[in-house]
Amino acid sequence: MFTSCADPATLEGLSWLLCYLVTGKQIAFYWSFLTVLTLLAVTAPTALAFGFVGAMASRSSLAPVSLIGRGYTAMVRGIPDIVFFLFFVIALDQGIEWLTHQIRCPDWTEPVRQGLEFRVCPEAKVPPGHAPQVVHQIYGFALAVVTFALVFGAFAANVLLGAMQAVPRAQLETAESYGMTPRQVFRRILVPQMWVYALPGLSNLWMILIKATPLLFLLGVQDIVYWARELGGAKTSAYAFPHPDWRLYYFLVLLVFYLCMTRVSEIVLARVAQRLSFGQATAAGEAQRKAAA
Amino acid sequence: MTKLILTTALLALTAGGAFAQQTVRMGTEGAYPPYNFINDAGEVDGFEREVGDELCKRAELTCEWVTTDWDSIIPNLQSGNYDTIIAGMSITEERDKVLDFTQNYFPPAVSAYAALTADADVKSGVVSAQVGTIQAAHVAESGATVLEFATPDESVAAVRNGEADAVFADKDYLVPIVDESNGEFSWAGEDVQLGGGIGIGMRESDTELRAKFDAAIQTMKDDGTLNTLITKWFGPEAQTF
Repeated sequence: MFTSCADPATLEGLSWLLCYLVTGKQIAFYWSFLTVLTLLAVTAPTALAFGFVGAMASRSSLAPVSLIGRGYTAMVRGIPDIVFFLFFVIALDQGIEWLTHQIRCPDWTEPVRQGLEFRVCPEAKVPPGHAPQVVHQIYGFALAVVTFALVFGAFAANVLLGAMQAVPRAQLETAESYGMTPRQVFRRILVPQMWVYALPGLSNLWMILIKATPLLFLLGVQDIVYWARELGGAKTSAYAFPHPDWRLYYFLVLLVFYLCMTRVSEIVLARVAQRLSFGQATAAGEAQRKAAA
Repeated sequence: MTKLILTTALLALTAGGAFAQQTVRMGTEGAYPPYNFINDAGEVDGFEREVGDELCKRAELTCEWVTTDWDSIIPNLQSGNYDTIIAGMSITEERDKVLDFTQNYFPPAVSAYAALTADADVKSGVVSAQVGTIQAAHVAESGATVLEFATPDESVAAVRNGEADAVFADKDYLVPIVDESNGEFSWAGEDVQLGGGIGIGMRESDTELRAKFDAAIQTMKDDGTLNTLITKWFGPEAQTF
């Protein structure tokens, strides 16, 4: 990066370290923090959407819809995350390729499964084989987001279902007596009031989601754990910057990062809880009213 | 679901156009210097990078390098995430059952034990090796207790930490580690010759691609460029063809 870093062998002490910290590999490590943050930023709302739909399905009066909703939460909640991550991503990836294969290569005669091999026609590869590596990485990342959202959506669905049932019946009855339709009651009364009951459960999920991001590494996404392990390993002179085993320091950085993330989240969530309790018929809302009075 | 089918159909229509030249995705581990490693610029580097690029040039293929965990390197090939395994993988009968190999581009190599003391017990002690390697299989047969690790680097670290009495790996991988350890590591036991050389692993159905690489390897062997590269990366004492 800097001209003074051109020949690392001549460097010593602090200037060596400075040059080491700006190598392409280190920069990739710094970018991977952004990968994790992006995952959180995209997954959290998606999981919430999955949860919301799941919760609505579960309390639907139509038996099949309710069955699907309850089946989704029961299944995903019952399967260990790691099993789900390993199985679902492969199944999703191969499912998409199988579908494209059916569309693009109807004349293909060879079987898709040949022993241990999964072989679709070259045109059906998703992403296409000639696509640059970055497209493959984005695709892998998208698969990871869907998987995370599906898993955490199931937990969110249960939390939201509980929250919907916790809204005082009297509130809904009042709305009905004003002549609101069930849809209006749901949208105007139930949903705005349920968040305060959902928040403790959702904040738990958020914390667990933060701590679960290292699972990205299992999905082949080059996240901070991948780079910490790769960079921290002992390096011989085959590398421009040889160093002994530094995994301890790299993982220490990750530890600090995750602690900071959870601390910031705690502060933000506390504020959100305060905001949501405002004017609610709960103990917290009542306490706020008394304090103000 | 309908939306998914629609989007994939749309993708099918838009992406179908550009198939002028086939891209071969080269799968490697990126953690096994000097065979393959990720250099400080963040790119795949090493002996296999140079050999692979030269082979692609001779076979007139466009190649793209991909890194993956050693542990899942064979399943990922079979599910089509890349097209070749070029990762210091020795040709063995067991692997030949699930993969096809090109002819070897590296002669049968010796494996060696490295330990903190030269008299370490490699016959009945605890010996670390990378999971799924011929070395791990050899240790298991030798009567020693095998301790497997996901990466070669971790298997070396296990000896430093005292978890294992010795590490067993390709000698070419261990030489720089032992030489640069300032006397911390020394060779133990006797060197063992394992495997039938290193070849490029491919899906059994990819016979055409295998023929191309086979031919390219042969030309590199014939004009001596392969030997030059071996000497460049593994030193003048390395075995050549």
